[in-house]
Amino acid sequence: MNATIATSGGAARRKTISFSVVDDGSSVDVDDASTGSGRSARRRGSRLTASVSRSRHFTAATMIKKFDKKDEESGSGSNPFQNLEKSAVLQESRIFNETPINPRRCLHILTKIIYLLNQGEHFGTTEATEAFFAMTRLFQSNDQTLRRMCYLTIKEMANISEDVIIVTSSLTKDMTGKEDVYRGPAIRALCRITDTTMLQAIERYMKQAIVDKVPSVSSSALVSSLHMVKMSYDVVKRWVNEAQEAASSDNIMVQYHALGLLYHLRKNDRLAVTKMLNKFTKSGLKSPFAYCMLIRIASKLLDETEGGHDSPLFDFIESCLRNKNEMVVYEAASAIVHMPNCTARELAPAVSVLQLFCSSPKAALRYAAVRTLNKVAMKHPSAVTACNLDLENLITDSNRSIATLAITTLLKTGSESSVDRLMKQISSFVSEISDEFKVVVVQAISALCQKYPRKHSVMMNFLSNMLRDDGGFEYKRAIVDCIIGIIEENPESKETGLAHLCEFIEDCEHTVLATKILHLLGKEGPRTPQPSKYIRFIFNRVVLESEAVRAAAVSALAKFGAQNDDLLPSVLVLMQRCMMDSDDEVRDRATFYMNVLQQKQKALNAAYIFNGLSVSVPGLEKSLHQYTLEPSERPFDLKSVPLASAPITEQKTELAPVASSKIPEKLAPSRQDIYQEQLASITEFQGLGPLFKSSEPVQLTEAETEYVVRCIKHTFAGHMVFQFDCTNTLNDQLLQKVIVQMEPAEAYEVINYIPAQNLPYSQPGSCYTLVRLPDDDPTAVSCTFSCTMKYLVRDCDPNSGEPDDDGYDDEYVLEDLEVTVADHIQKVLKPNFGAAWEEVGDEFEREETFALASVRTLDEAVSNIISFLGMQPCERSDKVPENKNSHVLFLAGVFRGCHDVLVRARLALADSVTMQVTVRSTEETVVDVILASVG
Amino acid sequence: MDSTSLEPSLYTVKAVFILDNDGNRLLSKYYDPELYPSMKEQKNFERNVFNKTHKADNEISLLEGLTIVYKSSIDLFFYVVGSVQENELMLMSVLNCLFESLSHILRKNVERKCLLDNMEGVFLVVDEIIDGGVILESDPQQVLQKVNYRADENPLSEQSVAQHITEKLALTSNVSHSMTTPSLHS
Repeated sequence: MNATIATSGGAARRKTISFSVVDDGSSVDVDDASTGSGRSARRRGSRLTASVSRSRHFTAATMIKKFDKKDEESGSGSNPFQNLEKSAVLQESRIFNETPINPRRCLHILTKIIYLLNQGEHFGTTEATEAFFAMTRLFQSNDQTLRRMCYLTIKEMANISEDVIIVTSSLTKDMTGKEDVYRGPAIRALCRITDTTMLQAIERYMKQAIVDKVPSVSSSALVSSLHMVKMSYDVVKRWVNEAQEAASSDNIMVQYHALGLLYHLRKNDRLAVTKMLNKFTKSGLKSPFAYCMLIRIASKLLDETEGGHDSPLFDFIESCLRNKNEMVVYEAASAIVHMPNCTARELAPAVSVLQLFCSSPKAALRYAAVRTLNKVAMKHPSAVTACNLDLENLITDSNRSIATLAITTLLKTGSESSVDRLMKQISSFVSEISDEFKVVVVQAISALCQKYPRKHSVMMNFLSNMLRDDGGFEYKRAIVDCIIGIIEENPESKETGLAHLCEFIEDCEHTVLATKILHLLGKEGPRTPQPSKYIRFIFNRVVLESEAVRAAAVSALAKFGAQNDDLLPSVLVLMQRCMMDSDDEVRDRATFYMNVLQQKQKALNAAYIFNGLSVSVPGLEKSLHQYTLEPSERPFDLKSVPLASAPITEQKTELAPVASSKIPEKLAPSRQDIYQEQLASITEFQGLGPLFKSSEPVQLTEAETEYVVRCIKHTFAGHMVFQFDCTNTLNDQLLQKVIVQMEPAEAYEVINYIPAQNLPYSQPGSCYTLVRLPDDDPTAVSCTFSCTMKYLVRDCDPNSGEPDDDGYDDEYVLEDLEVTVADHIQKVLKPNFGAAWEEVGDEFEREETFALASVRTLDEAVSNIISFLGMQPCERSDKVPENKNSHVLFLAGVFRGCHDVLVRARLALADSVTMQVTVRSTEETVVDVILASVG
Repeated sequence: MDSTSLEPSLYTVKAVFILDNDGNRLLSKYYDPELYPSMKEQKNFERNVFNKTHKADNEISLLEGLTIVYKSSIDLFFYVVGSVQENELMLMSVLNCLFESLSHILRKNVERKCLLDNMEGVFLVVDEIIDGGVILESDPQQVLQKVNYRADENPLSEQSVAQHITEKLALTSNVSHSMTTPSLHS
């Protein structure tokens, strides 16, 4: 190519060079500064103009100058692929058909095509197919690089061109040919274009290739097989013996790939995996990659079998801590750290190798070590204390990610006195680190606040500074959550926290956060000593923000009006203004609250302003839709709508050090809504009304038994449905017509059994039992059922799964199932318990005193009561303050049949705990039921 | 959730890309079809990664919930991307292998111009190191043997001499540049 240029464009080039040198004169001074070498810049410039004049015959000096400039500005050499035109390249690809083939030119064109595809250029099917067919002709050339580029082109075009299978025979030829350089890549290209039907035809070659003595061939075949497992598991499964043979290869990569394929083929068969692990851990592998893979498989198996730490698998992982390859050592340490229930003693060896890595010259190793130590520090801060000195050295690491992780780890392990110093250090570079790590910092702070409540003023200050900085949504949300957490934990920090949040919403671009904060202000603001100061911040939102935020602000305002009589007149004036809003949601809310507030009735305020709807929103939507389909005279009854399960308010004990930003943000239907849907599709259950509550699954068998059965209790207004999720773990049996027979101890009546028709090996199935609750005795809420699983067994061939024609009946005794009062009560969160208490009123109120003899602490008493009654603790009364001898627990719930029920339990601690329970409900029997069950 | 350990699998690498010093894509490969399926998302991601990494040569970072190991040379940036739970050293071994193999076929001229002039070799090297996200080979010697490609020693012409000098100069200027930068930072 160079030769042709020299002859055809020689004169022109010389001319342009002189041009460009002159032209450059003006701009060189500037460029000198940026490139550091004027001469090189000028030289490069002249080269570009030369190439431009060659291909496009530019003659005007101005044009050349323009090109020069552009090149100088980019500061680097010309890109031969810049300004590539797809159509021009495709045009050029016609030379593929010329004889003899010019390998160099063809190679260049193929490179251009791949480059364009890589840049995201779109190729239409027709043009791609045309180019692909032209390319197939290049198989006639024996140029090695050209052939290799053909393979690449095939892989790149496999999805965009049609009829790619026409190259199958050429590739099969290369794959089985004499040239070893071609064989591996040809296999990979071939497997890329092969589908399930074609796979049978090349199966023989693949089996041979897997055990080929040339490592690259064997590796290519193994990896390609792995890719095809997804597509045709059944075919690839037949190659397991060949893979087994390859696993004992001397080549480290072949070993690794064979192990990977074997595991993928066997991962559903725990016994086979165990055998494989035993074999390889004993024989010892050479490949560090394979070791890492083995460690992962072993730790997964340990996790699944809940194997103790005296298991040989654990010993194997621990022995890898002494491997000579860092990669393996790190993998083993990380596996041990991630094991649940590891004791400090078991962690110690892993922590000490990580400690060594902390002083490695390799940034990646330091990063890996400190990131893992950070994780250890969450659960076992004391285990990491030994590394404090090494971590101190890392807080000035030039890699800010490492420094951040080191500091956040130290915050967890260090003493209270070092907090201020570390916070200062971190604030010096917090603006340099990525959002992911800022979130790590915030999480560390939030953990710290729980540990050292006294430090909350330092933290609050730091957080408010962070809140003012730039940052993405995830980061801001983490800060806001953290501040809200502090406010809830420390009543004395409430006012400062609210003030920071008020400032934040003045300039907040995230609607979600603004509405969240407004909601919080509405909840907390009215109970502060000076509620009036928040009104301004809230009303500013009404004036300035988007519809969603305005609506939230209106709701918050209403809460102030309902709770503070002296603010009510002003709130009403503001409401009146909101009624003029341009958005109908805002207007509706304002009008609604206006009317409620004007009544000045506590009960109305409680029902419609403090404690909102407690129904499940998808459930409400469905009920309303149903109602519109079957119009009736009766008004819509809100009580027929299933309740929302109370939000999980448990403290998150394990904070992810780095939040994955890829969690989908859509609203998933709740568990109960899914059950509701499933049950509604069974005709026998259609007359039962809305599903009231579904319990957590209860295991009715031991783990590792022939059949695994768990039960979910679904409560309806007058019935209960027991859903038994059964799994058959015997691969030589097919179970049919499976039911669970239930013998109630009380007046419960079994109405119907809905069997699971087929229960093949390892595929879970469900059968149901329908039970009517006793009508005559509404207080009979608890009952014990003895359960027996009955079924028809058909023995079958474990390999083919083909069952015998005949079967026999058999049964299997399960553990007893308890129904308790908690199954009849749904948790409901009342944000303002006092108001709800007044709203229900004392019409049906009963009070009784109990002595809890077996309970020694208030904490224990509180958690026992909550789990026994299955009700929602309100006003954070589930947290007992330290060093107190008495406590009041507020519980709220809804009893089956939609009766609100509230419990106030006063607890006093002397030698044992004494409890005075007051129950209020809208229905008399409910009060009796609760008290009867407590006693 | 971050704390859940990784499903044992050979699929280690989620993406590999090479950018120039303006952050333009020269080569990129995404192996996980769920990760940035569209070209727009991919380029956004690359842009984001480039902006966060090109200023300081820190070797490793965490962005958008992915572990990224990287290396720069003159006007090129090499990136290997894996899941956040992935063994960082495995990703590092891929990056090192990629860099050393390229350095060899480009006769130590690991810079943009030379890379683009030998793009076919670069494609082949990447293809031999990673196949669909599986590490195929991590030893640069093996890769070179399989690829069997070396940059052309250009026939001696006016242009190639010019090019040679330019490269030498570019190299020295870059060396002096890189020698001055650390002192600026500190």
